[in-house]
Amino acid sequence: MKKFFALGVLCALLCALFPLPAAAQEGEEAAPDRGVTLNVYNWGEYIANGTDGSMDINAEFTRRTGIRVNYTTFDSNESLYSKLAGGGADYDVIIPSDYMISRMIQENMVAELDFDNIPNFQYVDEQFKDPAYDPGSKFSVPYTWGVVGLFYNTEYVDEVTSWEVLWDDQYAGKILMFDNPRDAFGIAQFLLGQDVNTTDPADWNQAADLLKAQKPLVQAYVMDQIFDKMESGEAWIGPYYSGDAAILVDNNENIAYAVPEEGTNYFVDALCVPITSSHKAEAEEYINFLCDPEIAGANMDYIGYSTPISAAKEYMDPEVVASPIHYPEGEVLDRAQVFVNLPEETSAQLDQLWAEVKMGGPGESATLVAIILGFLAVYIAIVVYKHRKRRREMS
Amino acid sequence: MRKVGSRLYVCLIFLFLYAPILVLIVFSFNDTETASRTVWSGFSLKWYQRLFEDRLILEALRNTLLIAVIAALGSTVLGTMAAIGINSMKKLPRRIMMNVTNFPMVNPEIVTGVSLMLLFVFAVGLFGGRSLGMGSLIAAHITFCLPYVILSVLPKLRQMDPNLYEAAQDLGCPPVRAFFRVVLPEIAPGIVTGAIMAFTLSIDDFVISYFTSGTTQTLPIYIYSMTRRRISPEINALSTVLFAAVLVLLVIVNVRQAKDRPRKREKREGESA
Repeated sequence: MKKFFALGVLCALLCALFPLPAAAQEGEEAAPDRGVTLNVYNWGEYIANGTDGSMDINAEFTRRTGIRVNYTTFDSNESLYSKLAGGGADYDVIIPSDYMISRMIQENMVAELDFDNIPNFQYVDEQFKDPAYDPGSKFSVPYTWGVVGLFYNTEYVDEVTSWEVLWDDQYAGKILMFDNPRDAFGIAQFLLGQDVNTTDPADWNQAADLLKAQKPLVQAYVMDQIFDKMESGEAWIGPYYSGDAAILVDNNENIAYAVPEEGTNYFVDALCVPITSSHKAEAEEYINFLCDPEIAGANMDYIGYSTPISAAKEYMDPEVVASPIHYPEGEVLDRAQVFVNLPEETSAQLDQLWAEVKMGGPGESATLVAIILGFLAVYIAIVVYKHRKRRREMS
Repeated sequence: MRKVGSRLYVCLIFLFLYAPILVLIVFSFNDTETASRTVWSGFSLKWYQRLFEDRLILEALRNTLLIAVIAALGSTVLGTMAAIGINSMKKLPRRIMMNVTNFPMVNPEIVTGVSLMLLFVFAVGLFGGRSLGMGSLIAAHITFCLPYVILSVLPKLRQMDPNLYEAAQDLGCPPVRAFFRVVLPEIAPGIVTGAIMAFTLSIDDFVISYFTSGTTQTLPIYIYSMTRRRISPEINALSTVLFAAVLVLLVIVNVRQAKDRPRKREKREGESA
């Protein structure tokens, strides 16, 4: 019984250690509590949270408006989608990426925004208004953007200008590749000069052939392990999102960054309000708050992605604003394409082709079958042997 | 020779089990700008400092601990009652009950998760609620912890001499008091084991929580959401703290038991003499 008691005391102590977060940062003139809690669903590590001297965006919003924020995080557009589609989660603000926004608009999952409540939308740069994934900018307000570029180790790799370097024999075993179908196929498609949103099955097959040809050279299909592999010199070259990987270049003089001349993918993560939201006006207030240039500047300094609000740049670290990784010159963006949602049969084809690329075709599944059969044979042999032994002992 | 071999084997096993934790702890002290998890560049406590500044992690940790404590208490009470009931059943109903109890353990977690989510969404809709959250998480955790508690209490009940309880009543003890004074102390070790088991299961559950969490976030879900960018060494620091806390808890429990045992033996010997 004492153990229970001790356990209870321990947990009570632990809980007492963390006071309720709402009371954490009480400013000078905090607005009175309005009795509303916004449920915000964002990517992991995707907002300034007060560590390292950054601004605690959510606490600041609560202080200014009196609206509390219940902030939770997801890891991929697909988990966001399944959470919303599954029901039982009442979110007010979500931040999907471009292609997922077009899918959610098609499936009537996001609400049309009332831009009278979002006056700060005027600060958003013209080039991010009226995007391909949300024609007319009715449903979304851009939050961040970035491009896909190549990171390479200058000690071993000459200057990079083309995606072709990822197919170069001399770097065999030192090449990294995206571990998600859309980004990986995107690279092959830029090399082939295709439209990344094509619905022609032949185009996708052609891109898949290119990726299959690349497979023997690839060390690994990775996402965030690229940081460790590049830093330790285990891999020499790999594509990644500019905002995330800029830190690699900043801290390692041997690592350089380039956007290949064939063009690249640029992605936008944007703020939306689900159709099920019960606090739409407050959600729009939150979106408006994030578009305030001063807030956006403080936020971007922490996240490391690029802001679609140029007015925010004067509040940001000047070194970052001047960096071509974060804010590439105009021509890079002109050559860049954005992903939109693919029709169902095309995305089914993409999934199947991706599985083929990663499995290495039917050849490898044959070895798998052989291994399983081998195990089965050994198992049967053991069973038969034991059975015989027992019978011998009986007699 | 054989002894050396077997010692070596044991060492290798322990290395295999503990090396990952050791690496994790070492890299929580890594002084790096790029949050590297493989390149060592000096000693620092900065990830610990950041950890205690990070409101989101602490909030998730608080949710996780709160749920674990409530789920452990709830499932222990329910599980103990169920075990006592099952123990006094006749053979056939008992076997049926045990199968029903075991079923959730062999059922894939994802099936449990999805079906609980569907049930909760339906129930929440029925009662006019808007969203799943803390309540549904606690209910789900109690559900999947229950069989483990039952299974750790039941053997203790079997071991107990059934005459003890009757003897207590013969001597004039009312049934409720007899239960608390005679039965409960006998099965207490099983209850404690069950509670600790439920607590740990609840803390590290991901799949079921993922489906039933609604707008509440527990620590495993938060950590998982960090994988899209990179898992920061803050998580190493947090894991180190948790590991140390659990270690201390275990040591305390073991020391207490070790102290208890000789005393009990003496007492028993004294009684029999």
